[in-house]
Amino acid sequence: MSNKLLNWREMPIGGMVVRAGNSEEYETGSWRTYRPVHVEERCIHCLRCWILCPDSAIKVEDGKMVGFDLDHCKGCGICAAECPPKCHAIEMKLDSECEDEASA
Amino acid sequence: MAELVGLTGNEAGAEALKDVNPDVAAVFPITPQTELMHQFSSYVNDGEVDTELVPVESEHSAQSACFGSAASGARTVTATSSQGLMLMAEICYITAGTRLPVVMPVVNRALSGPINIHCDHSDAMGCRDSGWIQIYSENAQEVYDNTIQAFRIGEHKDVLLPVMSCLDGFILSHTMESVEVIGREAVQGFVGEYDPAFSLLDTQSPISIGPLHLTDYYFECKRQEVEAMENARQVILDVGKEYGELTGRGYGFFEEYRLDDAEVAIVALGSTCGTAKAAADQARENGVKAGVLKLRVFRPFPGDQIAEVISRMGAVAVMDRAISFGLQGGPLFNEVRSFANGRCPNLINYVYGLGGRDINATEIESIFHELEKIKDSGQPGELYRYIGLRE
Repeated sequence: MSNKLLNWREMPIGGMVVRAGNSEEYETGSWRTYRPVHVEERCIHCLRCWILCPDSAIKVEDGKMVGFDLDHCKGCGICAAECPPKCHAIEMKLDSECEDEASA
Repeated sequence: MAELVGLTGNEAGAEALKDVNPDVAAVFPITPQTELMHQFSSYVNDGEVDTELVPVESEHSAQSACFGSAASGARTVTATSSQGLMLMAEICYITAGTRLPVVMPVVNRALSGPINIHCDHSDAMGCRDSGWIQIYSENAQEVYDNTIQAFRIGEHKDVLLPVMSCLDGFILSHTMESVEVIGREAVQGFVGEYDPAFSLLDTQSPISIGPLHLTDYYFECKRQEVEAMENARQVILDVGKEYGELTGRGYGFFEEYRLDDAEVAIVALGSTCGTAKAAADQARENGVKAGVLKLRVFRPFPGDQIAEVISRMGAVAVMDRAISFGLQGGPLFNEVRSFANGRCPNLINYVYGLGGRDINATEIESIFHELEKIKDSGQPGELYRYIGLRE
């Protein structure tokens, strides 16, 4: 992760989160073992993945699925499982075998 | 207006809470603590305090309600004993880890099994690593004084930790003594208007409490608790001194009774110290220069200060009203010994009074005479001993 971890003197006490809406800064992509890979030519842009992703990690532009927010995707695979079988436009691949195209 | 009144230890605790007038009390009864919150609830019923009293269904719920209340910025209290403390132990760690300065009289009672309702320190000692400050009282006066000071100590911005105000079950909780109470106005002046360091209800500074801390941040949170406990040392001394200026009864980490010229000494917690003082007087009449180190603050543990005092002694016995199975001896002895680190070679342990077994001045005087022999011979002999046990 690119985030610098705070030391005990720098942290708020008691494990508190003292700023609202900062969970985006917590990059959970490091938790991932498998990552989703978008096969664009098979995608029908039904956006089931966007609806069902628990981490809001599906990027959509102009109503079209354009990729993943790999800083936050935990690799749960729900998107791949929910992608209509006739499309199979999302494949799960071992993160360690992927070229690092994201900052994750 | 200071006034001398007759109060049991439980009533003294309730009186202190009445004068503090906390915002919220979450209560569940357990012997011998029951009367403390029973008395306090009558103050609530009679409108003598503004406290929101929350009767809950268990001690686990009591401490959980305290957590929520304190997190919302309310000055919060509860009280318990024994099995009740064990049931709330899970939440005690969370209250401390979240840095919520709840104040809780703990009326010390043995833990089952076998089931027993009488005094020993097993309950509070079982929570000694929960992150709570622990203060012990010798008599009902100290229950009143220590419970009031607990608010100032725990709520201090450099501390923000919960505080147990410990008193011996039945021996103090149900014994009436004369207590000087200083009244609502003086206590309010001393504890001040509660200004919480943070509050879930502060919409200007929104916060989240209790988020997950994994391998990346949990360790740092624990280190912060260490620092808070260290900071508490100076705060405890400052608050004890200021309370002394207000009442004439100042407090430190411990009281030294006839230790100036003492050659042998006993280190103990709670009501036993009163008996030990009488025993020291008797021993002195019989030619032994005896003294007592009455430990008041167990967490944070003033180990260096204790070691400095006992290193002047020829022989010292540490009295434990709790026992650590498989380690031998009690927690107080083992902690004193680790700080003494050889500076007091003739250091022995007596486990006593488990399950409320009485200890009297004659028995404690016999310990002083034993210490005298150890001092003269330089042979401490058996480290771990029992007194009052049928062998």
